[in-house]
Amino acid sequence: MDFTVALAQIKPKLGCLDDNMALAEAAIEKGIAAGADLVVFPELALTGYFLKDLVPEVALRLDSPQMDKLKKLSERISIAIGFVEVSADFRFFNSAVYLEDGEIRHVHRKVYLPTYGLFDEQRYMARGERFRAFDTRFGRIGMLICEDMWHLSAPYILAMDGAMTLICLSSSPGRGVTESEGLGSAAAWQKLTTTTAMFLNCRVFYCNRVGYEDGINFWGGSEAIAPSGEMTDRGAILEEDFVLAKVDGGALRRERIFSPMMRDENLAITVKELKRIDREKDC
Amino acid sequence: MGGLTVNTKLLRQILVGFVRDEVYKVGVRKGVLGLSGGIDSALVAYIAAEALGPENVHAYCMPYRTSNPESEAHARLVAESLGINFKVIEITPMIDAYFTITPDADNMRRGNKMARERMTILYDHSAAVGGLVLGTSNKTELLLGYGTLHGDMASALNPIGDIYKSQVWALSEAMGVPSEVIEKKPSADLWAGQTDEQELGFTYREADELLYRMVDQRMNREELIAAGFDPAFIDNVARKVQGSHFKRRLPIIAKVSNRTIDRDFRYARDWGK
Repeated sequence: MDFTVALAQIKPKLGCLDDNMALAEAAIEKGIAAGADLVVFPELALTGYFLKDLVPEVALRLDSPQMDKLKKLSERISIAIGFVEVSADFRFFNSAVYLEDGEIRHVHRKVYLPTYGLFDEQRYMARGERFRAFDTRFGRIGMLICEDMWHLSAPYILAMDGAMTLICLSSSPGRGVTESEGLGSAAAWQKLTTTTAMFLNCRVFYCNRVGYEDGINFWGGSEAIAPSGEMTDRGAILEEDFVLAKVDGGALRRERIFSPMMRDENLAITVKELKRIDREKDC
Repeated sequence: MGGLTVNTKLLRQILVGFVRDEVYKVGVRKGVLGLSGGIDSALVAYIAAEALGPENVHAYCMPYRTSNPESEAHARLVAESLGINFKVIEITPMIDAYFTITPDADNMRRGNKMARERMTILYDHSAAVGGLVLGTSNKTELLLGYGTLHGDMASALNPIGDIYKSQVWALSEAMGVPSEVIEKKPSADLWAGQTDEQELGFTYREADELLYRMVDQRMNREELIAAGFDPAFIDNVARKVQGSHFKRRLPIIAKVSNRTIDRDFRYARDWGK
């Protein structure tokens, strides 16, 4: 099926749930007006990124009024959005929720919480424990949050779980200004999104935020990548943007006929060898 | 050395965006800075004028009676070429009044007092015009500790604190800072004929080459020696970086409660903005 995805490259306000909810609603309305079928937001779109001690204050339960509002909106357009989730036992997760037809279809809790360099996520958040693909009206989808995608196993697991579309919600800080054309972090991500799509014959929708938090910039550059690994649409660098990408449904089928890597992938060998490695590591 | 060469177009976009975003976030539209006549403050003025509009930038030149007249002339040149607000405020009366009580103070104490005097004036004017004080210390100076704590090192926002002096030169050229300002020898203008490089005992370019590898690339001593740096120079610079670290941190607070400011009471400065 052909469809249109909107990548809402917004600039959230740090710790201001209500303002960010309003930003999200405006982008959702814009997506509906533009005829988009799915709107994707960045990681922690409802809260901002460098939350530190604000984490518990901006966390939402899945039965919160904000989620109800998003559910209602998802009757008109499918939505993938990042927020801080609080569980019943008061663990806080860097989560992404996928809503469609008035329901929450899937919640992904970020597994790989970075703590190196300028990152400090694991100090404030609990770690997710699974990667699962799920069914949507666009076929099977897998969600990743930023650092998750840097771990080869994560998109691999989702692809083996049947995902043909990977959605990556991101808050990637810009760094590495050198003599080359783009930012170091942007160049690295662009390699990653295209390579992941090519290896797994999946579409990739990458949505990265913009704005500054305590002097750290988020570089934007959201992308839609075809299953061939070709970048088809890209948002502005370092500026707010709203990317509308037309997705050619047939391209995925053709790509998987042309290079049937996923068909030939041997899950049994992978599982066997990983089990062996795990066993031997224990020794 | 490749690593110090920067894409000035991208750097300019990030720094201009930074000033605009972080100033507006606070709820003001203006920036205030000291314009010394040197390259660092000139570059910050260029960045601020582009970010906020020249009419929203307030620059102050604050000479002491022994300051080189060329400094004021260059500050004026920068202000006029940008069309920003410019005012000269002499600090001679305040400084001289203070040192009548301690006339034996050496050059370092006098220089530090002048730097702090200037910063109190900038903060006073930031309140008067409703703007934020923009910092003008670059990464080389900050790492070497070549600045005065609560003096020129103070500010609300610093757009150039993560770029080395060599990169300041490159960006200044790209942004059109007058060549007189770019080409002259860096000087804190503490006394007649003083230059930073003479006082430090090495050039900024040499320091940048070393600091870039030491700080950014995290090369260890052996690797730095293998890369051709003199061990004495490495140790000298390393000592300066370590010895001045206190200047780059908040005052330390004695912990007694469960939640101590900045240690386990942690929020971004942009909290709620």
